Amino acid sequence: MTDTAMTDTAMELRVARLDAIPPGEGRTFGVLGEKLAIFRTREGRVLAVQAECPHRGGPLADGLVGGTTVICPLHGWKFDLSTGDAIMGDCGLRKYPVRVDTEGHIFISFEDAAPGAAATSD
Amino acid sequence: MSVQNTKQKLVVIGNGMAGARTVEEILSRGGGEQYDITMFGEEPYGNYNRIMLSSVLEGSSQADDIYLNPLDWYERNNVTLHTGKRAAGILRRAKQVFDEDGKAETYDKLIIATGSRAFIPAIEGVKMLGGGFKPGVFVFRTLDDCRWISEYTAGKKSAAVIGGGLLGLEAARGLQKFGLDVHIVHRGSHLMGMQLDPGAGAILKTDMEKLGVRVHLKKDTRTILGEDRVLGLRFSDDTTLECDMIVLSAGITPNWEIAAGCGLTTQRGIVVDDQMRSPDDRDIYAVGECAEHRGEVYGLVAPLWEQAKVLADHITGRNPKAAYHGSKVATKLKVMGVEVASMGIIEPEQPEDEVVQFSEPKKGTYKKLIIREGRLVGAILLGDIGKAPYLMQAFDRNTPLPEERLRLLFDIGDPPKQITFTEMSADTQVCNCNGVSKGAIVACVNAGKRSPKAVMDSTRAGMGCGSCKSMVKDIVEWACGGDLEEDPSVHYFVPGVPLSKPDLIHAIRQHNLKSVSAVFHYLAGGKEDALSKPGLASLLKTLWKAEYEDERDARFINDRVHANIQKDGTFSVIPQIAGGITNPAQLRRIADVAEKYKVPLVKLTGGQRIDLVGVKKEDLPSVWRDLDMPSGYAYGKSYRTCKSCIGSDYCRFGLGDSISLALRIEDRFKGLDSPHKMKLATAGCPRNCSEAMVKDVGAVAVEGGKWEIYVGGAAGASVRKGDILCVVDSENDVLKFMGRFIQYYRENGKYLERTYGFIERLGIAKVRAVVVDDSEGIAERLDQDMAESVAAYRDPWKEAYMPATANQFASMLQVLP
Ligand code: SRM
Ligand SMILES: Cc1cc2nc3c(=O)[nH]c(=O)nc-3n(C[C@H](O)[C@H](O)[C@H](O)COP(=O)(O)OP(=O)(O)OC[C@H]3O[C@@H](n4cnc5c(N)ncnc54)[C@H](O)[C@@H]3O)c2cc1C
Ligand code: SF4
Ligand code: FES
Repeated sequence: MTDTAMTDTAMELRVARLDAIPPGEGRTFGVLGEKLAIFRTREGRVLAVQAECPHRGGPLADGLVGGTTVICPLHGWKFDLSTGDAIMGDCGLRKYPVRVDTEGHIFISFEDAAPGAAATSD
Repeated sequence: MSVQNTKQKLVVIGNGMAGARTVEEILSRGGGEQYDITMFGEEPYGNYNRIMLSSVLEGSSQADDIYLNPLDWYERNNVTLHTGKRAAGILRRAKQVFDEDGKAETYDKLIIATGSRAFIPAIEGVKMLGGGFKPGVFVFRTLDDCRWISEYTAGKKSAAVIGGGLLGLEAARGLQKFGLDVHIVHRGSHLMGMQLDPGAGAILKTDMEKLGVRVHLKKDTRTILGEDRVLGLRFSDDTTLECDMIVLSAGITPNWEIAAGCGLTTQRGIVVDDQMRSPDDRDIYAVGECAEHRGEVYGLVAPLWEQAKVLADHITGRNPKAAYHGSKVATKLKVMGVEVASMGIIEPEQPEDEVVQFSEPKKGTYKKLIIREGRLVGAILLGDIGKAPYLMQAFDRNTPLPEERLRLLFDIGDPPKQITFTEMSADTQVCNCNGVSKGAIVACVNAGKRSPKAVMDSTRAGMGCGSCKSMVKDIVEWACGGDLEEDPSVHYFVPGVPLSKPDLIHAIRQHNLKSVSAVFHYLAGGKEDALSKPGLASLLKTLWKAEYEDERDARFINDRVHANIQKDGTFSVIPQIAGGITNPAQLRRIADVAEKYKVPLVKLTGGQRIDLVGVKKEDLPSVWRDLDMPSGYAYGKSYRTCKSCIGSDYCRFGLGDSISLALRIEDRFKGLDSPHKMKLATAGCPRNCSEAMVKDVGAVAVEGGKWEIYVGGAAGASVRKGDILCVVDSENDVLKFMGRFIQYYRENGKYLERTYGFIERLGIAKVRAVVVDDSEGIAERLDQDMAESVAAYRDPWKEAYMPATANQFASMLQVLP
């Protein structure tokens, strides 16, 4: 990791190959101290959100996926992976922008989300 | 990953129940990204559950058992904890906190959570000249106190607890376990004066004395006798009591000094506003027993949970309007085995206050309610506290009480419904698992959801343990006022495919649909529904057996990794132990695995098996390999296990060989998918020691070499004695009829309908006609299908050697930049 790789807004990282995730399932990835869940839907979309359920920290990658909906395996909160919104539950998920290249590599963009970062970036 | 640390510094003084909980609440609101958090804890430990100290003292818990946040929790959450470090002072101008060595921590925000300490009454001889306690004098507040007390009991005969309040009684209970004669010395005229009235106090005293504790009331201790160690007590009436040690438990004093020292307003505690913030300094908060809010200082944990939430909402900016309005204190306690519930006032205060009372001193039962304008303002329950949950709710929400007061004290049938819904206040919690109020249900109906199912889906009411489902339904009906919509989806097998089970099976067969995605494609317009997947998978497997096209994403996580997920994302592993029969070699192997993988809990289950609880996902394959035992299927909607009693080989009453039958049953049906779990048992005689009559399917040996087959029994959330399906005279016939019944249930049970629901829905007569008398001419086909399913069995734990999907058992894939 070099500083130049990080612009003051975002940084893109290659995290996995598509075949690390079976169709219709998710897997948890640890990247730069953050945990995220990346899903590969049966229609072929790849979506990334925070790994832990905002309810009680359930592992979302272990949830059931239908379309772009995921159901947390612990108490059934439901989220729309394409927007991060909660469908059933009090609070939504943080989303990460994803890109899949022609060779099937998954890239995730990390924005510098630290509060106040914008104010001190210069 | 940011170039520059832009976080603010949050310092917390006090690492007790309030301090640590507040930090947890802050972290759960993403506060870890806003703040670098540093905590000072005077005690040399992580945070532990102080209310469990009496269990530690009496030896039923170890110190390790009561940690809420062990030291590595702080590390994992990037919280810097200075343990064994007392914060000595605050310099507000410099925004710094100093420890005793003068080392400073700078803060942007400061939280004071110093709790309280034992109050030391002015008794002559409490302390030695140098200032320390006289040897033999103790307080009871910390883990260290527990240790000191227990060390001192060696060789001692008697102990006196000064103070007959809650903590005093708890201390007395602990001391008794050391074999000491324990005395409670109390200044007031009855025990637990804060929570009980004289009537209840008198009953409690009798209870205590029955347990061997001597209670001395109206005794004002003047002097502690003994030159260089405790020898006894002298009271103001000049009487004396000999004792070898003393625990002072005469109340608590909030630790407010550090706040006063830097000029913050303190009265009984550190004064805070509705945001738990000092009125004198916008950057300083106080929480827990050291805080004084609207004149109240609380001495129980429930209020401080509420305070911690408000503080966290506010300090993280999650909800700047969050406000604490004070707590109504209601307690439910077990004092030395005696159950006590108390809330609000304990004596009527106004002339029109109504008192409803029942007392049966012989049985140790006492109930008293104080009602003002039809609402509960106080209650005391002793002995029988069955009504406490209802009363605590009525008290907390200030809901009107039913006219018939008797119902408030005793359960006599159900309270009439119609009245209660209209009168029930909107914020009454109906679903206790998911915290859904009556108001939320009504709002949902008003927003257009007009069937119980639609309301449950969108509010999650009734979706936890399910015990409130019927109440949710009733409220929806009531709120709809006759405008209830029949929800067609209640007839669907799964919510995402609009077909009943028979229609669905027909369509699946007709189109030859062998995978879940094929079903969605042909029968649901291509729309995948997550919740419907496991039900469809189960059905397809039942219908197609070995031909079923298994798609792993259609399985619930338990069935993807063949273990039961637990609250922290780890899994439990229960190997097959058919009939509860094991052997030393197997036990040794299990023990080795438990040690090798540092399994946190090894538990004997209610199903006669051994549970390795807390196994990491990535360890599952190697745990199975090392165990080298078949899966016990404790995770599946499937056949689970067959319990057995001792049976005719050893038991003097045994009429049939229940063990051998159980082993055959397990061997035949292991792993079968079904609408819900199936638990079986065999009993060697009608004494029914293995509870076969309350299993989904059970066999009970009766005189004459016969077996009764029971179906539809239950002893979980519902309790139901099974119905006799038939009586047969050989083990082979037991297997045949059990198999046929199970197959019929597999084909006709609704998804997630246990056999107790199935039997009630169809009626035992109908089931018996089909399964035993072959009224539909399908018996042979059922037997054949069962045989094929049995043949298609494969032990899922074999996936230890050949994972089915990529990274099937990875809990986290590390990506290195
Ligand atoms: C491990 C065990 C408790 C124990 O330590 O004894 C257990 C643990 C769980 N039971 Fe149970 N039950 C266990 C024996 C029972 C029994 C007794 C028995 O099997 O003889 C019953 C009553 C009989 C019955 O099944 O009706 C029982 C009735 C339930 C119920 C209520 C079912 C009902 O409809 O009445 C549930 C909830 C459910 O199924 O939806 C449940 C659910 C659960 C779950 C799976 C909750 C969940 O979904 O995570 C628990 C998993 C805890 C965990 O963290 O792993 N458990 N549970 C027992 C495993 C037995 C085994 O060897 O397989
Ligand atoms: C034996 C016992 C049984 C109890 N049973 C019950 C019960 O059944 N139900 C119930 O609701 N409540 C019960 N309580 C009360 C409950 O434990 C308290 O309400 C709760 O612990 C208060 O939390 P707190 O964080 O405010 O204080 P504490 O838990 O006391 O934590 C304060 C912490 O701050 C530390 N500290 C103080 N000053 C400083 C300083 N200057 N620098 C650094 N650290 C400092 C202290 O060492 C302590 O660790 C019981 C209490 C005891 C002692
Ligand atoms: S093991 Fe069973 S009874 Fe115990 S908490 Fe879990 S589901 Fe409830
Ligand atoms: S942890 Fe996800 S729903 Fe509870």
